[in-house]
Amino acid sequence: MTVGTTAVAPAAPAPSEHPPPRRQRGRSTRSRYPLWFLLPGGGLLVLLFVVPTATSFYFSLTRWTLFDSTFIGLENYATFFQDPQLFGSFVHTLVYAVITSVGKVLSGLALAILLNGRIIARGYLRAVVFFPVLVSAVGIGITFKVLFDPFDGLINRVLGIVGIDGPGWLTNPDLALTSVAMVDIWKGVGVSTLIFMAGLVAIPRDYYESAHIDGATDWQRFRFITLPLVGPATMTVVILNVISGLRSFELIWTMTGGGPGFTSDVLASVIYKKYQAGLYGLSTAGNVVMFVVVAAITIPLYRWFRRREVAQ
Amino acid sequence: MRSHSHIVRGLVALAVSTIVFLVPFAFIVLTASKTSADASRFEFSWPGDFVLLQNIAEVFKVRDFVIVRAFINSTTLTVSSVAVMVVLAAMMGYVVQRRTGLFTSAARMLVLAALIVPSAVVPTIWVLQALGLYKQMLGMILIEVTGGLPFCVLLCSAFVATIPRELDEAAALDGAGPLRVFFRVILPLLKPVVVTMVVVQSVAVFNDFTGPLYFLPGEENATVQATLFNFQSQTLSQWNLLFADILLITVPPLVLYLFFNRQIVEGMVNGAVKG
Repeated sequence: MTVGTTAVAPAAPAPSEHPPPRRQRGRSTRSRYPLWFLLPGGGLLVLLFVVPTATSFYFSLTRWTLFDSTFIGLENYATFFQDPQLFGSFVHTLVYAVITSVGKVLSGLALAILLNGRIIARGYLRAVVFFPVLVSAVGIGITFKVLFDPFDGLINRVLGIVGIDGPGWLTNPDLALTSVAMVDIWKGVGVSTLIFMAGLVAIPRDYYESAHIDGATDWQRFRFITLPLVGPATMTVVILNVISGLRSFELIWTMTGGGPGFTSDVLASVIYKKYQAGLYGLSTAGNVVMFVVVAAITIPLYRWFRRREVAQ
Repeated sequence: MRSHSHIVRGLVALAVSTIVFLVPFAFIVLTASKTSADASRFEFSWPGDFVLLQNIAEVFKVRDFVIVRAFINSTTLTVSSVAVMVVLAAMMGYVVQRRTGLFTSAARMLVLAALIVPSAVVPTIWVLQALGLYKQMLGMILIEVTGGLPFCVLLCSAFVATIPRELDEAAALDGAGPLRVFFRVILPLLKPVVVTMVVVQSVAVFNDFTGPLYFLPGEENATVQATLFNFQSQTLSQWNLLFADILLITVPPLVLYLFFNRQIVEGMVNGAVKG
């Protein structure tokens, strides 16, 4: 090291006297941050993300056994949108993503405001709210299946004590999807809460103080200071939750398996069922539908948030 | 008056959050401690006989100690994929942040696309099969690395942006090659974000059920999450054992959380807000 330093030292003032030509500087930057650093990670992404995604468009147009595929045009897509069961899964996916995203945004913001305020046992509360994030979806799904049991489940027992005849949370076709979505909100709200808390901390305290001096009510302070300034955090929370809501599988699969009937089937569970049935082409068509839905929702959503931010 | 209502509000929040968030976990622990007949009544009550340890011993014995194998598999998968993921993500995040040009913007686009677009299942199996990695631990490790990489790259490049460029320039002037600059100067500075990645991704990989379901099927490859499904189909009346199993596989993420609580929280927030 000493040798290196002494060797370089006399040369160091040189650039200020004769600024090196641009090209040379570029080359030194290039060698300092070599492109091959991108290669291992980028190679994996190409191999296990780009190739499957690109080929999925072709395979979704075939009848496929993994070893050979027969081109059948748009037949898989026709099946997808004509079969009421499959089309239902498409609708359920959207409903599920909307319920979970709205639920996590509202409850996450409320919890973040509560936890950012002066409140007793804040550390405990934060830990408790975040804890379900760490438990596996399968474990939580099984637990809530038992808690939701129409006769012996804890929830309906408690409702029974206050004289309410609790519904069949997971056995009622009109309710199953919503019940799973509620558990999803419960499990995931910790992440949204954390992001909102970081967003709230970034709002300068003086704003609230001067609003207080001007006599603003709690609601006015929330409406005209908190809500506009927590925008970037809201964008993150909404987009994260929409993406994960559209993809969700594990909780639904453990709690209802898509039932009763097909009333809580979503795209991800249909992809799995068709895969199990050996209908690989149809399963892959389901995947393509999912990409398109995810892209068609998240990209405009992102642009919309960005435009609002700029407008402010 | 003001502080009075303040305390009341706090107590209400305390009570509600305890009921909503902790009762389900208390239920898991209580059911895991009951006898089989007692547990199948689904009551939220103190166990008549407290047999948690016997139940856990029982869980271990089920199906020729499948859970031991599952713990070995899950640990292998988690440790190797997270180690590889973190190093690759740091290298990518560093160069993507420092350089401009066609390749780096292409890499950035690729990372963003992979973050948003869910992977296609059967075509991935097809690729793995072509590589001879389907149903192999190595294949599953590579899948997990690819899955966690985009989030980690964004986290790293956001963090590298806060490290002054002069630092790597100075190291390079001292004669250090790019690898040396990266491993000796940059990587040590990334320590906070590395801790976050390790903890968050370990929990994610350890809890992953869908990945192994598709890409690592087979009895000998079972991961801990899959053992829960074995219980559900095989021993329907043994709810106590099922819940003992849930309890058992929740311990590793919980321990990580207890140790690294602050880093998880900070890291997730930084990554989410900056990324």
